[in-house]
Amino acid sequence: MTTATIVPTGTANLASVSTALRRAGACMRIAERASDITQASRLVLPGVGSFGAAMAALERNEWTLALRSTISDGIPTLAICLGMQILFETSEETPGVKGLAFLHGNFNKFPIDVQTPHVGWNSIEPIGKTHLLKAGDAYFTHSFRLDTLPPGTIGAITDYSSPFVSAVEYKNILACQFHPELSGAWGIDLLRRWIGNGADKC
Amino acid sequence: MLKARIIPCLDCHAGRVVKGVRFLNLRDAGDPAELAARYEAEGADEIVLLDISATIEDRKNHVQTVRAIRDILSIPLTVGGGIRSLADCEALLSAGADKVSINSAAYRNPQLIDAIATRFGTQCTVVAIDAKAKTASIWHVLLNGGRIATLTLVTKWAREAASRGAGEILLTSWDQDGTRAGYDLELLKAVRSTVSIPIIASGGAANARHLSNAYEAGASGLLAASIFHDNDASIYKIKHELKDFGVPIRL
Repeated sequence: MTTATIVPTGTANLASVSTALRRAGACMRIAERASDITQASRLVLPGVGSFGAAMAALERNEWTLALRSTISDGIPTLAICLGMQILFETSEETPGVKGLAFLHGNFNKFPIDVQTPHVGWNSIEPIGKTHLLKAGDAYFTHSFRLDTLPPGTIGAITDYSSPFVSAVEYKNILACQFHPELSGAWGIDLLRRWIGNGADKC
Repeated sequence: MLKARIIPCLDCHAGRVVKGVRFLNLRDAGDPAELAARYEAEGADEIVLLDISATIEDRKNHVQTVRAIRDILSIPLTVGGGIRSLADCEALLSAGADKVSINSAAYRNPQLIDAIATRFGTQCTVVAIDAKAKTASIWHVLLNGGRIATLTLVTKWAREAASRGAGEILLTSWDQDGTRAGYDLELLKAVRSTVSIPIIASGGAANARHLSNAYEAGASGLLAASIFHDNDASIYKIKHELKDFGVPIRL
């Protein structure tokens, strides 16, 4: 049985991600305490809002340690949008605040001459032999981005004035800058692949 | 490459989709969740749901409608109409909206924009502006569904909304709305040159050429209602025509 545990990072709207995961065949629970995270069989880090606020919400709940140990233990983790950003080191959005630093890299704002936020559907181009990611169009809404894939990772890039990293696959982590839960049938298929064999057994 | 977004708009009254010209002569156009599902299947990139109910009682239905749509929808849902407070936003977002669209309340209390953007993020904050042409190059802001005129320039208000944290502007031409004569392209260009956030064009679309013209005038979102409700053209067909016109779209 596959239960995905959603880690609420502050103000994220959980309705869309819960609905989409259920549609893809997973059971769902929302973490209320640190032990919900350490006992999870799959983790979902959704996220809207700001880098600093999301990190502060995790620290306040003393969830940072639980996340570090659970993700390090190899529990499959899906990180979406801001959830992806906090797995990295820093973001220009909130200078001075450290992310969880599972992956090397820093997020920067799109250049001034580009329409920001980057809102809408854009193409996903897998880079390397990805396990889960496939080519297609996905829905984005964000103002900060990573410009190169961390060394030793595979993933996907997307072009918006210049190429940026739209997803990373690294060990047990699938991190997406786009929103699979809002990316129509293509997004649901990606969630289904992530959930894998455990689907439909809730 | 970023694609143009085709956005069907569902105007809802007492839990039903309605259509009419400038909110008058309303006729039933169907169940919101059924229509939303059909539009997603036909290739809609996003759905906008506007509550045009007059009473608080009807507004309560609205949260139910949002929940019913979220249950079947896998693309973004923007919800607007009668939002006055953070609590209104919270109720709609937890029911499954991805973005909220605020109009008159934002104009009367601009700090509401800052508050929503701070609490829920700019990606969640859409400011809707209803524009009325004064001359060929001057537009004034209208409030309360067109019933109240102001002397505020649309460009000035759009700039302020963006600086307060709006993530998108939903720009409706009150002169073009319901005419089926095409979007107000000069209005779109004027606001495009004023703000750097995405603009959703609204009011007047009847065919793919109209949508293509609005995209070229600087709108990245292309909203329409009656052409889709009336089955004049499916979204699928419009998107193929747009592709032929050279507009980047998701097929």
